[in-house]
Amino acid sequence: MTSLDSVLEKCRAENRAALIAYIPAGFPSRQGCLKVIQTLADAGVDAIEIGFPYSDPVMDGPVIQEAADISLKGGTGATEVFEALKAASETGTASVVMTYWNPIERYGVEKFAASIADNGGAGVITPDLTIEESETWLAATKANSINPIYVVAPSTKDARLTRVTSMTGGFVYAASSMGVTGTRESVSIDAKDLVSRIRKVSDLPVCVGLGVSTREQAKSLAAYADGVIVGSAFIKLLLNAKDEQAGLLAVSQLAKELALGVREGR
Amino acid sequence: MKSFDLLGHFGQYGGRFVPEALIEALDELEAVHNQTQKDPVFLAELAELHRTYTGRPSIITEAKRFSEHAGGARIFLKREDLNHTGSHKINNVLGQALLTKRMGKKRIIAETGAGQHGVAAATAAALMGLKCVVYMGEEDTRRQSLNVARMKLLGAEVVAVTSGSKTLKDAINEAMRDWVTNVHDTHYMLGTVAGPHPFPTMVRDFHKVIGEESREQMLEITGRLPDAVLACVGGGSNAIGIFNAFIPDANVRLIGLEAGGDGVETGRHAATITGGTPGVLHGTRSYVLQDKNGQTVESHSISAGLDYPGVGPEHAYLHDVGRAEYRAINDDAAMNAFALLSKTEGIIPAIETAHALAGALIIGNELGPKANLLINLSGRGDKDVQTAAQYLGIPL
Ligand SMILES: Cc1ncc(COP(=O)(O)O)c(C=O)c1O
Repeated sequence: MTSLDSVLEKCRAENRAALIAYIPAGFPSRQGCLKVIQTLADAGVDAIEIGFPYSDPVMDGPVIQEAADISLKGGTGATEVFEALKAASETGTASVVMTYWNPIERYGVEKFAASIADNGGAGVITPDLTIEESETWLAATKANSINPIYVVAPSTKDARLTRVTSMTGGFVYAASSMGVTGTRESVSIDAKDLVSRIRKVSDLPVCVGLGVSTREQAKSLAAYADGVIVGSAFIKLLLNAKDEQAGLLAVSQLAKELALGVREGR
Repeated sequence: MKSFDLLGHFGQYGGRFVPEALIEALDELEAVHNQTQKDPVFLAELAELHRTYTGRPSIITEAKRFSEHAGGARIFLKREDLNHTGSHKINNVLGQALLTKRMGKKRIIAETGAGQHGVAAATAAALMGLKCVVYMGEEDTRRQSLNVARMKLLGAEVVAVTSGSKTLKDAINEAMRDWVTNVHDTHYMLGTVAGPHPFPTMVRDFHKVIGEESREQMLEITGRLPDAVLACVGGGSNAIGIFNAFIPDANVRLIGLEAGGDGVETGRHAATITGGTPGVLHGTRSYVLQDKNGQTVESHSISAGLDYPGVGPEHAYLHDVGRAEYRAINDDAAMNAFALLSKTEGIIPAIETAHALAGALIIGNELGPKANLLINLSGRGDKDVQTAAQYLGIPL
């Protein structure tokens, strides 16, 4: 049982959804990222996803692309990702890495899974790794007792949902709509339908991401999902802040709002 | 692992590395492609389009005066430059446009570097009444403004991509983002033998006509198979198109010429197999130009159509098993061959193609006067006149 499994179990026991925050390593800077992590943890976030910035992020909208560019220009690599992961887990918050596949393959599949575990990580979200290509990854995550977390989409058919969720650990990441990351005016009704289809084939917690940015949205998702994932909204605040202090304050305020939202839904 | 399987692997290469959101569309495309490859009605419709619209079969021209610079080996040019829109790219887009209609989709998107695939896609869309959006790096829209105008004349919308390095790889990223969002009514008309399964197989199947025609033509003209078949390799579509029919012919050497830019040793190049390492980019595992963290490294070449840090997975496989060889041709050597073919044969080739011609000069000298070389003349050079004039010091 990973720290992520425990946190999600605890949230279930409290009859509420978990709040999961995403921040790319090395953003807004190497040190700034560590401060954001502490801020999120202090504001009551249940789990933190550390993003591995990547040169070709096809699942990400303009906000995360910009953050990744800034981070990569600052020289972020695997070292900084694991440093941020360690910082996140040391706050006592369950922490995972979210990364496109190539950085894992380049680092070494076995070694990557081992480094996640060594730095207190509970799992890895791999948005572009299909189950057909997962053999070595599943062996490595199993050997290191970390959760392999897969993303499913509204277009994923039921038969495939069964197969993907059967290989997933920690939680099933349900993409709220067809599209890339970024804040949206409203979270599509596709999310509710997808979550209920997942419930029919899996007992794992289901967390919903893509486009969530407000307490209201968190509340409406918390009514039926086990967790709410927020990324672009935090990053936007950091990109638009006049200085680091203002950025951290804004992140803290939003995280506190969202933490209320995930407790209001049911 | 089996060398080829139903998941689109070529040895350890190929496969699918994409968001789940695209799986259904890829499955549908794969199913429709498999069906239509066995459907005589579909195949006849495509063949008829090629006869009456593309201008197939393309002819073979023997380059006698050019051969004098290639150690006397006989050099035969497969004239894909004479196709409608001026390159091999039309073979693929007509095939994919017909598939798009079969799937009942009304909108296509495409990426383009130099603009050749974008123009071909816009052409096919105009012909078949489909809506077309072409993603092109902002850098490239400036370098290739004439092709931007051509696409617009053909009724396509051209989106300048401002993310990342603002070139071809970022145009592909942006096209994938569009596809993830609009996949219900949109087909992604990928322009080369890269990307997730079934693209490498499907695009090859639409280009293999090049090799099938050439093989027969060479037997007819010379009474035997060529000693070597040469093609330039960007993503690798024109190369796999001409190689495919010769793969079972073990005595025919298959040689791909990559863009060496300033020289592979300088790091400023686009020779992905020669200078890259295995990795995953744009949905497929193949050779990639990447750094130690798996970040894609920018490629460099005088030829916009070869300026791509990835390569089709089947080429990676053919390289590893030793069935095909890959060499890098630097900008200088390519431009020398560009000028030489123009002056000796009255044919101005695309700068992409000039890399294959430069390869022919080297291989011809290695093999000597008894050898017959078949070169895929993948495109014509009208689009490159400005670049070439600048490079060769011709005042405009
Ligand atoms: C004439 C010509 N040849 C070759 C290429 C390279 O593509 P590929 O390697 O897929 O044939 C291009 C691409 O734009 C081209 O326009």
